Amino acid sequence: MKLDSDILIVGGGLNGPALALALGDTGFNVTVVDALPRGARGEEAFDGRGYALALASQRLLKAIGVWSRVGADAQPLLDIRISDGRAGEGPGPFVLEFDHAEIDEGPMGYMVEDRFLSRALLEAVEAHPKVTLIDGDTVVAQDIGPASVTLVLGSGRTLTGRMVVGCDGRRSGTCERAGIGRTGHDYGQTSLVCAIDHELPHGGVAHQFFMPPGPLAILPLPGNQSSIVWTESHTEAAHIHALDDEGYLAELRPRFGSFLGEISLAGKRFTYPLNLTVANEFIADRLALVGDAAHGMHPIAGQGLNAGLKDVGALAEVLTEAKRRGEDYGRIDVLERYQQWRRFDVAQMVAATEAANRLFSNDNPLLRTARDIGLGLVNSVPGLRRGFIREAAGLTGDLPRLLQGRQI
Amino acid sequence: MQTTVDPAEVAKFEAMAAEWWDPTGKFKPLHMMNPVRLDYITAQIAAEFARVLSDDQPFGGLRLLDIGCGGGLLSEPMARLGADVIGADAAEGNIKTASVHADQMGLEIDYRCTMAEALVAEGEQFDVVLAMEIVEHVADPQAFLSACQQLVKPGGLFLCSTINRNPKSFAVAIVGAEHIMRWLPKGTHEWSKFITPDELQTMIGMAGLENVDRKGFVFNPLTWSWSISDRDLSVNYVTAAVKPRG
Repeated sequence: MKLDSDILIVGGGLNGPALALALGDTGFNVTVVDALPRGARGEEAFDGRGYALALASQRLLKAIGVWSRVGADAQPLLDIRISDGRAGEGPGPFVLEFDHAEIDEGPMGYMVEDRFLSRALLEAVEAHPKVTLIDGDTVVAQDIGPASVTLVLGSGRTLTGRMVVGCDGRRSGTCERAGIGRTGHDYGQTSLVCAIDHELPHGGVAHQFFMPPGPLAILPLPGNQSSIVWTESHTEAAHIHALDDEGYLAELRPRFGSFLGEISLAGKRFTYPLNLTVANEFIADRLALVGDAAHGMHPIAGQGLNAGLKDVGALAEVLTEAKRRGEDYGRIDVLERYQQWRRFDVAQMVAATEAANRLFSNDNPLLRTARDIGLGLVNSVPGLRRGFIREAAGLTGDLPRLLQGRQI
Repeated sequence: MQTTVDPAEVAKFEAMAAEWWDPTGKFKPLHMMNPVRLDYITAQIAAEFARVLSDDQPFGGLRLLDIGCGGGLLSEPMARLGADVIGADAAEGNIKTASVHADQMGLEIDYRCTMAEALVAEGEQFDVVLAMEIVEHVADPQAFLSACQQLVKPGGLFLCSTINRNPKSFAVAIVGAEHIMRWLPKGTHEWSKFITPDELQTMIGMAGLENVDRKGFVFNPLTWSWSISDRDLSVNYVTAAVKPRG
């Protein structure tokens, strides 16, 4: 019984290739199935999408040999300023400021454009001797046997492996085909995402304004460019998205004031309806879910990709240790170690994100005062603030080795 | 499996294999303990034979005997790591069960229904002999350990794990595991046959092997997991010994 691969990965976005590289490095033969054709990822032109990588995520990328391909195009996050605001009024009186100079590890994270990160991951995958990429093909059936997994692709091709990992997003087919249910709800909000060119330098500072309809994040990109993530109610977002570029900018300008000077749009505009969708199990026999396939979260804290890369680090470590013991690493009792490792962390993050969103996304004057005082309090206590900085940098919790920048 | 085997028999052993290998079933305590047992075994073999566990098939070229192999919970991992594995068990049912499962997994393991003394008579020798959770079940431990010594090649490794004899091991292994948790069938263990680490190492020495290491396997009910301990040998423990060359 010769299998095509040890591990089959469904999804060629970011987590899939990252996991393939981590597993390939420890000796697994890996095949990645990507629904999109190779040419559709990592386009030349900037499309406006970017990621706020926590420091721990950057360390993982370094450990799997991807950072050298993307580091030069990344913008270090030197300072994060969080404030309460209302459209047209600018930031509230109490500003919470996290400066990387207060922790030893360096910048709190990096902003990277999607096109650079996608391209870097796929190039590394193509260069890796243990990883095979099948692009432009989708999984139409999966059969989990007692000792192996068989995937049938749209092209009619079949693939066999010891196990399958679903890195196929919040509408994960891998999850659905396994009969794993999902729990979640609609937040009633949509994120508007775009990039802007601005007149004045951002100084590596990220801003998060908590506006009544939802948060507005300004994340610095290299040069005088920033990524904007701006959350409104579904109807308001649909209205703004339908405006022409000038109308769109006219809505955006008063929301964060004039501190970056004149602004103009760079790249495309995107909308993402926000919903929480968590798989009821992250594992089944010979199957694991990673990233949004396991837990699609509100992007309020920019934790989606960072949480996915924590999954990648944890799963790669569990599978590698099992392989080195000679264990059948696709067995449910091995995969249970991954689920246990990640479940608590994810639950905590979901709860915190939910609470932060409820607390900040409203115009209740009582809550508004409470959060102003709360932000001011956190800001005035250095120990507390350092804790938040380390949390934002992803340096807390039981960190997988790759996220500490170490090899497995 | 031979083709002359009755299909009804095969079905029976497939069902038994499923039971042996069910992580939540009858053999749950062994499955829970297996990762730490494997951590110890793999580390000892790697150290003794200068192998690197992150290599592909690190135990390639090593001949390994798993005495009292049961359903193959240790034989299979050793085969996956590249060892040439002989699994021996006195119970015919275990051998058939283990064979069926190895077949399903696509592993080649030489399972034999035999005993240590019979293998000695056949002149078999191995680089590594595993006697895990078996010495407490044999009639004459000293005779068993002497047979094991003869099965180890000079310069080879002998690993032996068992249960200590003291009030705590009685409470944990018999009252706890058999009567309260029902992890093991009542009567699985006879407390008077348990052996202390000092007694075991004395017997291993008398058999002509040189003791090189001993560690405890400790269950933590709070984290519900096993770990390896340098000091706590109060219930489950393991010893490593080598056979002197020439």
